[in-house]
Amino acid sequence: MLAFLARRLANYVALAFIATSFGYLLASATLKPQARFLGRNPPVSQGAIDAALDKMGVNPDVPVLIRLKDWWVDLFTHGSLGISSRGTEVLNDIVARAGTSLRLLILGSILGAIIGVAIGVYGAVRQYRAFDRSTTFVSFVILATPVFVIAVILMILATKFNDVVGHQVISFTGEYTPGKSGGFFDNLGDRLVHLLLPTITLTVTAVASYSRYQRSAMLDVLSADYIRTARSKGRTRSSAIVRHGVRVALIPMSTFFAYSFALILTGASVTELTFSWHGMGEYLINSVSNNDINAAAGTMLFTAILVMIAGTLADVLYAALDPRVRV
Amino acid sequence: MSMLSTEVEILEENVSSGSSRRPNVLRRTFSSPQAWIGLGVIAVIAAWAWIGPLFAPDPETTDPLAFSQSPSGAHWFGTNSIGQDVYAQTLVGLQKSLVIGFIAGPAATVIAGFVGALAGYVGGIWDKVVVWVIDLLLVLPAFYILVLLSPVFKDLSWLALVVGIAAFSWMIMARVIRGQTMSLRDRDFVKAARYMGVGTFTIIRRHIIPNVASLLIIDATLGVGAAILFESTLSYFGFGIHAPDVSLGTLLAAGTSAAVTRPWLFVFPAAVLVITVLATSLLGDSLRDAVDPTSGANRD
Repeated sequence: MLAFLARRLANYVALAFIATSFGYLLASATLKPQARFLGRNPPVSQGAIDAALDKMGVNPDVPVLIRLKDWWVDLFTHGSLGISSRGTEVLNDIVARAGTSLRLLILGSILGAIIGVAIGVYGAVRQYRAFDRSTTFVSFVILATPVFVIAVILMILATKFNDVVGHQVISFTGEYTPGKSGGFFDNLGDRLVHLLLPTITLTVTAVASYSRYQRSAMLDVLSADYIRTARSKGRTRSSAIVRHGVRVALIPMSTFFAYSFALILTGASVTELTFSWHGMGEYLINSVSNNDINAAAGTMLFTAILVMIAGTLADVLYAALDPRVRV
Repeated sequence: MSMLSTEVEILEENVSSGSSRRPNVLRRTFSSPQAWIGLGVIAVIAAWAWIGPLFAPDPETTDPLAFSQSPSGAHWFGTNSIGQDVYAQTLVGLQKSLVIGFIAGPAATVIAGFVGALAGYVGGIWDKVVVWVIDLLLVLPAFYILVLLSPVFKDLSWLALVVGIAAFSWMIMARVIRGQTMSLRDRDFVKAARYMGVGTFTIIRRHIIPNVASLLIIDATLGVGAAILFESTLSYFGFGIHAPDVSLGTLLAAGTSAAVTRPWLFVFPAAVLVITVLATSLLGDSLRDAVDPTSGANRD
């Protein structure tokens, strides 16, 4: 099993490396860091521009492959992701923002997976009953709705709710109320309230797609012979379904978790942006408007590492569920 | 290296024979009301998008007597802050969204069919390269890539965006087609053609593609909705369609700041978007059920 996991991890590391390099090359091709210095008054001299660009390692006169190599070497020798166009260390920027993004991402994907699997299993077991039909319909509607529309509709509903109650119970702009005084628990409560709507947004979308796949996988399993065997050896229906059904149906789900993670990431970025959170999604978008190659490449590295971790976790789950990979 | 969704794996297992089954598939598809509803709604929406504006106010004209008005008989979806008719604007946006969806979705399918069939049929080093490229593109979120590409799209027409969306939406289907092709490659009729000296591209065109056609049709149908969603998300954040073009995404972006106080600016275009995408997924889903009787509605 360790050999299997090690092989998969090596594959992910190689993929992450190539994906990040690709991201760096893409950012270098589309972003123009020198544009920030043009049209200034008083004009900036060419020498000053070159010096500034060289300091960031983004001078377009240097061949892009050499800049890419320098970027990686700098990362491995100094642990630095370069300097952003605002003069800050990209690594520090990312560390400051990562918590914001990860909080939402981890909560949303874990809640989404657990609730999605539960709804999918129950829907498959009670196929065509009211529960199955209603969850199927609702997940179709949610999958047809862009994430930002779900977010804005939740905001409208929360505002209506606040109006009805008479004071601001649910606040949803930003990650916390700026300039709020009070003790530790006041601030924690404030952050939790702000977390409510974004988490619902991301969870709802994740649940919609996971429950569809889980239902489909579960239906395959339910008609399998080994479920009948388990029943005939005297297991109760629910025990046969849980011990022999859910476990097997989770195996294809584990690969789906890994490769739907990029979609969850997109959903999380869209959610953050809609709720004006200062997370990694905003960092990427700012890097495009600021022509900041290092920040964009850093975001791609962050993303690739997250996908790598999610993929490895999915493989661990796979190995735990499927005894065949352990031999 | 299996990385496909269950749904996709089910398709791989069950779709085997091709052209002889196709009339059967169509008959089965349209025996379910779901398919008729989906197709009917798409047809009505498309007709509405192009015929509706003939009977609506001009979307650019401002009505000085109606600033920020809620829906009324004169302005069905209300007006925005400078008195433009939201109903007329929604229809214009809908036109663009539909055009983008109906080009980008099927275009992604064409890429998927071609790349998947070629990788599966030729095999060897080509196959390895293609699988790596697909893996790579699945690791990098397409949304991020198109955000990074947005400075390039800014100077190009909306058609470039269509190409961009299609270029990053084909990967999963290409893997499915590749898997199908690998099993078709060893079938007698393909072997016979190969031993007769028929060229690679002719075999793919005559023998492989017709045998995976039902998969491609499903993918193209579902792809329309996916492309519309993708475009609206990009445009909402200013990375997609830009002035003077409008789509449902740009319309939603314009309406979002007032969504709480003047919900009609946001809710109506959003509802039109959701209904459109929902109709394509209903149709696509019933096609899938017809192709694969074990996947859903026909299962006992």
